[in-house]
Amino acid sequence: MGDLIRRYGTGLTTIICLLVGFWLVMLVIMPNLTLFEQSFRPYLPVTEVGGPKDTYGIANYLKVFEGQITSTLFGIEFDIPVRVRTFLLTIWYSMMVTIACFVLAYPLAFYLAKIVNPKSLPTLFLLLFVPLWVSEVLRAFAWWIILALKGPLNALLLFIGAIDKPVRWIVDYDAVMVGLVYTYVLFMLFPIYNAISSLDTNQIEAADDLGAPWWKIHWRIVMPHAKPGIASGSVMVFMLSAGSLLVPSILGSTTSQWFTQTINETFNDALDWNTASAFAFLLLILCTVFVSFAMWVFKVKLSDIAK
Amino acid sequence: MSAGIDLENVCCDFGSFRAVDNANVSIKPGEFFSFLGPSGCGKTTILRMVSGFIEPTQGAIRIGGKDMKGQRPNQRPTALIFQNLALFPLMPIWENITFGLEVRGVDKTTRRKKAEELLALVDLPNAADKMVSQLSGGQKQRVAIARALAVEPAVMLLDEPLSALDLKLRQHMRAELRAIQKRTGVTFIYITHDQGEALAMSDRVGVMSQGRIQQIADPRDIYNNPVNGFVASFVGENNIFEGTAGPLADGMAGFDTVHGAFRARMAADAVGKTVKLYVRPEHTTLSLTKGAENSVPVTVSEVSFEGAFIAVHAVSESGKTIVAEIRNDGAATVPDVGAKLHATFNAARAGLLPDANVGK
Repeated sequence: MGDLIRRYGTGLTTIICLLVGFWLVMLVIMPNLTLFEQSFRPYLPVTEVGGPKDTYGIANYLKVFEGQITSTLFGIEFDIPVRVRTFLLTIWYSMMVTIACFVLAYPLAFYLAKIVNPKSLPTLFLLLFVPLWVSEVLRAFAWWIILALKGPLNALLLFIGAIDKPVRWIVDYDAVMVGLVYTYVLFMLFPIYNAISSLDTNQIEAADDLGAPWWKIHWRIVMPHAKPGIASGSVMVFMLSAGSLLVPSILGSTTSQWFTQTINETFNDALDWNTASAFAFLLLILCTVFVSFAMWVFKVKLSDIAK
Repeated sequence: MSAGIDLENVCCDFGSFRAVDNANVSIKPGEFFSFLGPSGCGKTTILRMVSGFIEPTQGAIRIGGKDMKGQRPNQRPTALIFQNLALFPLMPIWENITFGLEVRGVDKTTRRKKAEELLALVDLPNAADKMVSQLSGGQKQRVAIARALAVEPAVMLLDEPLSALDLKLRQHMRAELRAIQKRTGVTFIYITHDQGEALAMSDRVGVMSQGRIQQIADPRDIYNNPVNGFVASFVGENNIFEGTAGPLADGMAGFDTVHGAFRARMAADAVGKTVKLYVRPEHTTLSLTKGAENSVPVTVSEVSFEGAFIAVHAVSESGKTIVAEIRNDGAATVPDVGAKLHATFNAARAGLLPDANVGK
């Protein structure tokens, strides 16, 4: 603090601290605290709010276990609460999106960091960034058009003879996956690119010289070095995917439901803000627990990701 | 199991820049061969061509008589030691050393045993489980050597591996490297810009400038009989005189300069070229009386005491500074500044040399 005042003067330091404080308290802590407090109270008519029925409890959280449906996995039939099923599928498909993003981003990141001529890097980065200039809604709709039954993708595949009749692409979670990967792949690319850029090229050459085949070089030298980048990219893509509402709403099919859609419906259709808050916090807490678990499994420290 | 290396008319172009021009050298199995030259002379490019990271634009490289054209670095019987060593910081030392064996599918117990053996060879026991960051510069050096030896290469390629070490350690590692080379019998190709290193360690030295090999000879010949001005001045100090050479007779020629007339050795192929006279400061003597030949009257202008020798700077009447080095045997008489003396050198120790060979 004393250092800040010496550097920027008392006036500027006060302004900076006030702005950071405002951002933190008013825009982050307060709204979340309000929702958190609400999530423990029942949904009541306005006249009864603050009345004898308005007491704290975890009833809203338990609503996630209401409404059993029958589901099948590996040929075994079982009953599962519908919202738990939605939640598990959201986690599962977010994981698939994360893996798909990694598979796409890692080779590209390696190419950009180690193979491509540095002179053409700005052009390539520009090409990667251009799609981000278009709003997320438009991009999701663009994919909706591309994947439509009579859309350009089917037309192209029919034209080159890869398929006999149009394929329905927007079924189940398929289109949601495509949309999420497309939207968040750059969040995977850049951390990995940064990590690989900092790897001494001599190490790759040394491994090559010692007789290592290319996959061994990646497995033993490049990937361990890029681990913090892979970890932070994965956490970002996973959290953003699990928390995305727009892509699952636009590219979802009749059989797909994302947990954020459940939250949104509870907020906006049922107008039950208390239960919706409870669901939102469940998503946040359980995703955090899941990510922490994954980090423990892959031996990644929080300080690695913050780099 | 060590192999010889032959470079035949090897050229390497980067765009329009010719980094290596027509290199021809035949390195014998088990030889310690150094490429010596200033930065940018093409010595590292030669090393990278031998190890397979760069393909020559022209010419052939043979290792153990086998043409290496199209062979990837991981297919060649060479092991490269990088300037920055390029140890793997995320692996413990023993895994670093045996990485080449891991790649070849050797099991863990054998690898561990091999690592211990190699660590003993490079005089670094009990380091197997340490991490790279825990080692000092000299220790890292030894690990890099052990890692290269682990794959039992026929040829070791060393790219200025000692340049990051401090002077004392560097001198110690010189002797160590030489000893390891003798013990293992592997052919060493050593790249350096440090003439002391090259002369002290090598069986033979190739001096390079501007992509061309200027001279290949054993260290003594390089120092005592340089073929041109570049080699003479890159490997040691000189007093250099400009002038015109007379006709060649019995390997000697007269040389007229503004400082006086001299006589010195000259090679037959230097006839017709512009030559300068090169003589080493330690072959230049200062005396009260005029010598029989190659003698210039001078006034001592500066005396600097260097420890092992004393460098005396003296100026001739024509304004030329001549340096003479007197060996410090403890009783050497050192002239005073301002003393009037004669600087003399033996004609057999002086050479009339053309400039560097830089091609067309």
